[in-house]
Amino acid sequence: MGFNMNIVECIDVKKAYRQDTLEVRALNGITLSIQKGAFVALAGPSGSGKTTMLNIIGGLDTADSGRVIVDGNALEDMTQSELANLRLRNVGFVFQAYNLIPVLSALENVEFVMLLQGIPPDERRERAMAILDDVGLEDMYNRRPAELSGGQQQRVAVARAIVSSPSIVLADEPTANLDSKTGKGLLEMMKQMNERRKATFVFSTHDKMVMDYARRLILIRDGLVADDQVREGGFRFAIFD
Amino acid sequence: MIAVIIGVWSMIFLGALMRGMIEDMIENGIATLTGHIQVHHKGYRDDPVIENSIADLNTIESALESLLPPGTQWTPRVRVNGIASNARHSDGVTLVGIDPELEAKVSFIGHAVTQGRYLTLDEENGILVGKALIDKFETKLGRKLVLMSQDTSGEIASRSFRIVGVFRAEMEATEKQFAFVTMHAAQRMLRLQGDISEVSIRLKDQGETDRVTNALKETLPSAYEVHSWRDLLPLLSAYMRLFDGFMWLWYLVVFIAMGFGIVNTMLMAVFERIREFGLLKALGMRPWWIIKEVLAESFFLLVIGMAIGNTLGLLSVLALSGSGIDLSALAAGTEYVGMARVIYPAVSGKDVAMANLMVFILGLLVSVYPAAKAARFTPVEALAHT
Repeated sequence: MGFNMNIVECIDVKKAYRQDTLEVRALNGITLSIQKGAFVALAGPSGSGKTTMLNIIGGLDTADSGRVIVDGNALEDMTQSELANLRLRNVGFVFQAYNLIPVLSALENVEFVMLLQGIPPDERRERAMAILDDVGLEDMYNRRPAELSGGQQQRVAVARAIVSSPSIVLADEPTANLDSKTGKGLLEMMKQMNERRKATFVFSTHDKMVMDYARRLILIRDGLVADDQVREGGFRFAIFD
Repeated sequence: MIAVIIGVWSMIFLGALMRGMIEDMIENGIATLTGHIQVHHKGYRDDPVIENSIADLNTIESALESLLPPGTQWTPRVRVNGIASNARHSDGVTLVGIDPELEAKVSFIGHAVTQGRYLTLDEENGILVGKALIDKFETKLGRKLVLMSQDTSGEIASRSFRIVGVFRAEMEATEKQFAFVTMHAAQRMLRLQGDISEVSIRLKDQGETDRVTNALKETLPSAYEVHSWRDLLPLLSAYMRLFDGFMWLWYLVVFIAMGFGIVNTMLMAVFERIREFGLLKALGMRPWWIIKEVLAESFFLLVIGMAIGNTLGLLSVLALSGSGIDLSALAAGTEYVGMARVIYPAVSGKDVAMANLMVFILGLLVSVYPAAKAARFTPVEALAHT
């Protein structure tokens, strides 16, 4: 697969949630594609459908209709087990609430995905330590999540997402729970990972600072792609101006 | 876990009590003149009259010598129904003529005399009677008792005996029913001329009963009948089958209660950790691995619960093994069903293994439901759970 090929392709993706008798339409027919190695932000106001889109791309949720192809895999044709394998091998997740396993240390949290992949213990440990060094947590291998700050926990989450070299890293509002300085540091770090490891990053965000770091910005509104711009000196979306 | 502990404990403890009770009943039945195997003249069991006596003891004796395993004890007996009377009372009894030395090794009577003395081999007029009979007849040690029965010529034979000993038995009915004299005295009274009513055999190992019974049946001439204690004590055999059925029923009841406890515990554990399962699935854990994880937790819950339940069960049995449970206050009721006055719990390896196996296998089976539930949540549903 060449560098310029699309890693994500979504065609007319629709998704609705049912709450009691009320149907909430989250996605109304989104069509988009993301190239391998991209650093993309899905932006939009709360309830616009960006998190749903991210979940569907990552195989955490399924679309009601439409096609979603991730790294050559058509998700609608996959079983739960195959989707789990896709998440394990091809996708890395960074959650807004960090979602680290509280009883494991930072090092063990990073190792966990490799444990599921069946990587031998020595190699696991070596790679986990290297990635924690990369994200600036070289002195905190043995700290549990409760002993780390929000920013440090999110760094561990990024390290966990990227350690097994997935094709794509999906980050759902990664800076939402961080102060601006910590958030900026995290974004710098992810940008470096994107450049150094050629990993594709897709964020969902409504934070202007995060958008400024993206090289491409897809605006989602009412479950549809409202705008799609590639950085050429800065983005201009009327909704955020 | 408490459900598992209580379940296993109750299965082992109550199983041991039931087993102890039934074993006491069997031992009591066997010791009360039945033995493990009896040989009779053909027709004696259906019509235990004096005409159906065994005339040729030598044939039986040689068969017994060649077939009985080492350590087996056996004794010949004369046994007829008769009437005992004194100046005040009369009542039906079973007159048993015994070889005092051999009988002591086979039945309870050898160590049951509590007043007076046991019979001697050449005793002609001495008789052993039960405490309940003495009380009923308002007589005492040293007094005379007249026994009447039909002799071989069809005439009524009667003879006066002097009470030389009083015995106690597990059941009052036994004390009232049997009166023991020496075999010679009985044969002389009934004009039996060396004939006997039965041969009673007590094996060292009860487990050999069927094998030895069958071997004797094949070897002895058709003029004789061989019966195991199961044939001779049909009510007890029925109790045993009832006991086995009851145990299964009890296991089922305990298990249903425990099964609900396990399912409830595991479901609570799953729901409490639904976010964790969601995260594990999001990170790529397959549904099957989550089922395995929940089942592994059930496994440890069961193993720890079983270990504690077994320990408590065996300790409870141990605590009661010395004194047993005294049911003397309910003696009339317990005697009615042939139970001993004191129940001593008896642990059977088979019962313990069965209880543990049942809890373990069914415990894991009911854990499949919460495990499958944990595996069925989509990551998004699970991560959104608060």
